[in-house]
Amino acid sequence: MTPLALEGVALIGPGFPDWAAARAVLAGEVPYAAAPAAVPVPLMLPPNERRRSGLAIKVALAAGAGALAACGRGAAGVATVFTSSSADGDTCHAICAQLAGSDRLISPTRFHNSVHNAPAGYWSIATRSMAPSTSVCAYDASFGAGLLEAAALARARSEAVLLIAYDAPYPEPLHAKRPLADAFGVGMVLAPARSAHSLAELTLELGTRTPSTFAELPLEKLRQGIPAARCLPLLGLVARGARGAAVLEFQEGLTLEATLTPCS
Amino acid sequence: MRPLQLTHTTLTSCLGRGLDANLAALRLRASGLAPCRFETAVLDTCVGEVAGVDEVRLAPALGAYDCRNNRLAALALAQDGYADAVRAAAARLGARRIGVFLGTSTSGILQTELAYRRRNAASGALPADFDYQHTHNTGSVSDFVRRSLGLAGPTWTVSTACSSSAKVFGTAARMIEAGLIDAAVVGGVDSLCLTTLYGFNSLELLSHGPCRPYDEARTGLSIGEGAAFALLEPRADQDAIALLGVGESSDAHHMSAPHPEGLGARMAIEAALAAAGLEAAQIDYINLHGTATPSNDAAEDKAVTGVFGTDTPCSSTKGATGHTLGAAGALEAVIAVLALRHGFMPGGANTQRLDPALRAHYLLETRAAPVRRVLSNSFGFGGTNCSLVLGRA
Repeated sequence: MTPLALEGVALIGPGFPDWAAARAVLAGEVPYAAAPAAVPVPLMLPPNERRRSGLAIKVALAAGAGALAACGRGAAGVATVFTSSSADGDTCHAICAQLAGSDRLISPTRFHNSVHNAPAGYWSIATRSMAPSTSVCAYDASFGAGLLEAAALARARSEAVLLIAYDAPYPEPLHAKRPLADAFGVGMVLAPARSAHSLAELTLELGTRTPSTFAELPLEKLRQGIPAARCLPLLGLVARGARGAAVLEFQEGLTLEATLTPCS
Repeated sequence: MRPLQLTHTTLTSCLGRGLDANLAALRLRASGLAPCRFETAVLDTCVGEVAGVDEVRLAPALGAYDCRNNRLAALALAQDGYADAVRAAAARLGARRIGVFLGTSTSGILQTELAYRRRNAASGALPADFDYQHTHNTGSVSDFVRRSLGLAGPTWTVSTACSSSAKVFGTAARMIEAGLIDAAVVGGVDSLCLTTLYGFNSLELLSHGPCRPYDEARTGLSIGEGAAFALLEPRADQDAIALLGVGESSDAHHMSAPHPEGLGARMAIEAALAAAGLEAAQIDYINLHGTATPSNDAAEDKAVTGVFGTDTPCSSTKGATGHTLGAAGALEAVIAVLALRHGFMPGGANTQRLDPALRAHYLLETRAAPVRRVLSNSFGFGGTNCSLVLGRA
């Protein structure tokens, strides 16, 4: 499809307190050092909503706010695409555990937090943005799905779109069935054309080539261990700041071929 | 936007299997709602349950996907020659050139609810036969439908609560416009589960009797289940029924209550009209979101009358089908197709006395009349809004 401009990037994940730290690792300047993800409290939310938001919502909001800040954009009018394999797993567990017991009076807050688009709801309340927003899921292919949604949306609207890909682990017993390594959030602003904000020009095509992997085992483990971290080969291109291509893992029989040309 | 034809459609709800059964019931203002006997739920409410879902057997190769939601999807795909039509399109266009974008709110979470009752007493572990990926995960239904139809194009689920399967029409249109695919299977599938029954109960949003949209005595919604699918293709056949516009917005107001003035809803309606290049007066019938909660109908009425005035005929079909949540957008888009094809506007089932505070022209009786353009509204938790315009291209 026609090239897009990549603007701000933000990243929070295990061993990656922020994009600056991740960039240095992905550029090969410093080795990856594993550490639990440190997810900040979302100060953008009003106190009531802040209290009601769990890890998944926090990491999504931090990634989104970080990406906008990185390119100096306000949230107003910026359409959003949220993608996650499982959204708020703590809430899902709490509801299923309660429904299996004798008292099925689940809390109203739990229920509205259980929707897949809960982070999008909190985002729009926090930013007052009434722009369109969608929330998607494709299990391990969720990052690719969100990237395609965001790219097609930026093209259709001829305006910048904020992509937020995030995951947070389920507690047990669901964790044993769907083990996600840690919380991870990535935010990217995609614009329909190059501007002073642009980091790079990005071209995306569907293909069938073998996905790019990392030679460094801990990074490869991270890429495979969290669906949102399937973005890392693309961010590796951004970090190296040179023209290059990466094949992003997507769904059975399809990959996403990304070509990045830095804007000097 | 460039119109996209709905070349094949199908619809299964508590009113029946397939287009003809739903058409006949909608014309008669029949309701499929009945007192809730679902699973072990003990709730004083009515639901729109699809008969025979438990008896559906998935193809052996797709056995891992076995759950109520995917059984409902399989049941619906088998109606109206839909699956055969998609396979023919795949033979023509290539399996990789057809995307699959489906809406659901709860996917196969019932499977997890049931598995939690069978946790190991000592370890708390879920049973070995529980398959999270192919049942519970929000992406499961789209993957299941893609495989069922032998497709290989980009596939994902849109899950934005009760606007989910309206928004898939926008996703498909943008992906086709970007040249990444040539056609798309769109739709919605949502099935009864305890999370939504007890969840809406906790919010005190469930009606005891069958829900009564726009009624002065309305007290809440009735949950339904259903599945609807359309095949979207960029063709230009004369007089075919097409998607003409999609409009989306966010309320930025509250997680579970609509903007009291219907501001987000109004923005979505206006954006859909603008995308279709139409004036409000060119819409013949509006299929309302119309959940029958006091606040939804009041907010939606302000949005609708703010754009259309008080003359455009409208109704909610949720008195007939129940609120099918993540499937509602697609279900009601296919109802719009029926209205356009057969020249009728369904009168709202169950509604007895119109709320005098609501000003839109709500139809209590089915009206036979030529219908050229329909607007369909879908709104959801998190303040998500989506309106579709369908009509003769």
